[in-house]
Amino acid sequence: MAQGIRDKVVILGMGCSRFGERWESSAEDLLAESFQEAIADAGIDRDQIEAAWFGLSMDEQNLGKSGLSASQSLRLPNIPVTRVENLCATGSETLRGAVYAVASGAVDVAMAIGVEKLKDTGYGGLPERSKGTFNDLWQPSATAPGSFAQFASAYSTQHGVAMDTLKEAMAHISWKSHENGSKNPKAHLRRQISKDAVLKAPMVAYPLGLFDCCGVSDGSACAIVTTPEMAAKLGKTGELIAIKASQVSVSNGMEMTHGSWDGSFAHTTRVAVARAYHEAGITDPVKELAMVEVHDCFSITELVTMEDLGLSKPGEGYRDVLAGKFDADGEVACNIDGGLKCFGHPIGASGLRMVYECYQQLRGTAGDRQLTRPKKALAHNLGGFPNFNVCAVTVLGQLGS
Amino acid sequence: MARKAIAEAVKWAAPGLAGMGKGHRTSCKPDEDSITMAVEAARLCLAAAPDRAPELLQFASTTAPFADRSNSVLASEALGLDSDLRCLDLGGSLGAGLAGLINALSHGEPALTVAADRRATRPGSAAEMQLGHGAAAVATGSEDVIAQCLATATSAEDFIDHYRSAEAEFDYAAEERWIRDEGQSKVLPQAIGGVIAKAGKDAASIDRIVFAGIGAAASRQVLKQCGLDETRLVDPLDSVCGNTGTAHPLLLLAHTLEQAAPGEVILVANFAQGAQCLLLETTEAIAAFASVNPISDQIANGREDGNYLRFLSFNDQVEMDWGIRAERDNRTSLSAFNRHRKTVTGFVGGKCSACGTRQFPKGPACVNPECRSFGTLEDEPFRDKIGLIRSFTEDWLAISPNPPLIYGNVGFDDGGVIMMEFTDFEPGELTVGMPVRFVFRIKDKDPKRGFRRYFWKAAPVAASEAN
Repeated sequence: MAQGIRDKVVILGMGCSRFGERWESSAEDLLAESFQEAIADAGIDRDQIEAAWFGLSMDEQNLGKSGLSASQSLRLPNIPVTRVENLCATGSETLRGAVYAVASGAVDVAMAIGVEKLKDTGYGGLPERSKGTFNDLWQPSATAPGSFAQFASAYSTQHGVAMDTLKEAMAHISWKSHENGSKNPKAHLRRQISKDAVLKAPMVAYPLGLFDCCGVSDGSACAIVTTPEMAAKLGKTGELIAIKASQVSVSNGMEMTHGSWDGSFAHTTRVAVARAYHEAGITDPVKELAMVEVHDCFSITELVTMEDLGLSKPGEGYRDVLAGKFDADGEVACNIDGGLKCFGHPIGASGLRMVYECYQQLRGTAGDRQLTRPKKALAHNLGGFPNFNVCAVTVLGQLGS
Repeated sequence: MARKAIAEAVKWAAPGLAGMGKGHRTSCKPDEDSITMAVEAARLCLAAAPDRAPELLQFASTTAPFADRSNSVLASEALGLDSDLRCLDLGGSLGAGLAGLINALSHGEPALTVAADRRATRPGSAAEMQLGHGAAAVATGSEDVIAQCLATATSAEDFIDHYRSAEAEFDYAAEERWIRDEGQSKVLPQAIGGVIAKAGKDAASIDRIVFAGIGAAASRQVLKQCGLDETRLVDPLDSVCGNTGTAHPLLLLAHTLEQAAPGEVILVANFAQGAQCLLLETTEAIAAFASVNPISDQIANGREDGNYLRFLSFNDQVEMDWGIRAERDNRTSLSAFNRHRKTVTGFVGGKCSACGTRQFPKGPACVNPECRSFGTLEDEPFRDKIGLIRSFTEDWLAISPNPPLIYGNVGFDDGGVIMMEFTDFEPGELTVGMPVRFVFRIKDKDPKRGFRRYFWKAAPVAASEAN
């Protein structure tokens, strides 16, 4: 039986660019921004990095298909750089690559870095691309909001929750993210909004209005990881933040084709988080996780994710949301940094951005939005569509906690 | 489409059309064309006449979407017919539909003749008011027929009442009175007299008279000249449908047969580059015949549209700004299409021989989490199943010529799920658990290369079918 990676790898340093409409910056500039913060935080020279995983999901910004653009813009010392692409879980995948490399003993210091320069694509939402030579022949030209919106109609039916009530819970989620994001200097959207404004926003994909949808942003995030021993040797001060679990679950077609999935939850999240809790030794997530960073691409996604992560009982998530359970001062603070909704969602960077917030909160360096010092935190990505997706779950915590 | 709305919209330019602004004309949605309408008509026809595998499939149209790709072969694959079928495309004249039926009757082999037209008309023209989009199909053979062919007659005359050059989008029409007096009232009586004489009947013995391709005034004139009883003229559906071109004589015949009793003599006459005439007599079998979704039901369940701008856009006559998403290149990989033709055109998925799980698309291994066997999937057609909506959205961001793009997960009555597009629904009409049926529609167009892809979409189930 494999032992997993719990406490085998720690974060030596992290960096995150300011997210937003970064018209003035190229993808290379954004990479440099998060990278420089990360190596400064790690207290190392770039030549000490022995391998890197580079996350980039959309190629519209012309960074190309390889690891070359990261290696060249950061002037890395001719180390292996692997380009990773796994939809919205791309950033988390870079971290998994780096963590596994260190845990295996193949290298002492590895880097995960992700970027997306969405605003150069010219699209308001995510760029529209082909779904593949066969899929284009039959699948709807579905957009991300249209696909995730279906969580709502299925959830409403499966749990007998009136759509108006569900919309109120969704509005609470968006309101919360704006409240949280307003305190975050690196967040894309920093304006507070009213729940009424959320409910009255124009429809994007029923029942999702404009404010139910996350920001389309440029940004980059970076993590440098090593072993606990090496971290001590390199003089990393303060409590070390360890990776407790790193799990990915990929749809095998069941949700898309088999009748056993009712559309009201994300199957892969349930699979990935069960493995992650096992790997991290978590038995009571509500008690053990003081905070979570989840893939709130749309408000309804955050709601069903609360149930999928076991933070709410199935069919009870909307009640918990409305009761403030996931607010900044709630039992489990969710997306305290503003989430995808307000921090923004540059695909290749998002997973690392979530880990960045967990890292700050666990170390007690989150500034105005610092929670009572959490011991364990979880980051969650859901890439693709609810019926066709890649889910990544990363659990972090103080070393030995 | 409400003609009143057309008249209102164009009156600034064509006030004379106000007099025609009554009733409705049929109009295709952007995902419909002659092929999709033909497939739907043929499905209804085959469902009403089961166990009659046609040996010949004829597709007649002057508006076939492909000038060189057999439209009848494409339709045959959508219908799931065997590939040893003889397929034939007919066109070149609005007489092609009835001429095709006469051809099938002359040969006698079990045949399916389907005619469809989506004729384009210029905004503000009389034709825009008069024409409609439609399709009709007739199954013929020699066993257990509901109507016996008594005689046929055709004449060939290059009388130019209208024409459309090979390069043109719209018909060019001659003066109506000249067409009536020098064309229709000279050509038709001769052919009608011929077919009645050939059958050994007389004008008084005709119970129902179907005239297609001519207007009301010409009809009266021809009836009088032929000594036919005006009261026996079948409603040409002008007020609810408009003239559907090659489909019209077959559509009116179908409508007539849906109402006829045994022993009735029916005359069908069409005017186009001469005349095409057919005389039929209904048999005892017609008493037990039940049409699937009869024309009177289709008319009764029709949906009025009063949005002229949308009508123009649906017919590619207004160029809307669909935004950056519409800039996508829609090139089709023909090799991938060919590999998946049965899946896509025929809507054929799989059924696992090991566990019985139904799935679309097939894939190399069974999707059932408890099975996942390789090589056990057998062909399973999905097109005639009933689906239930499991989730849905109305997507205003997705690109669609008829926004919002409505799609969602649909479960099938006997297993399987697919996320697919909905059609013929308006926003606000869908609910989870609602039943849907499946229709063959245009999935995507590639304007750069003139190709169009077809697939199946979930459509409302008529009240009669839901029971």
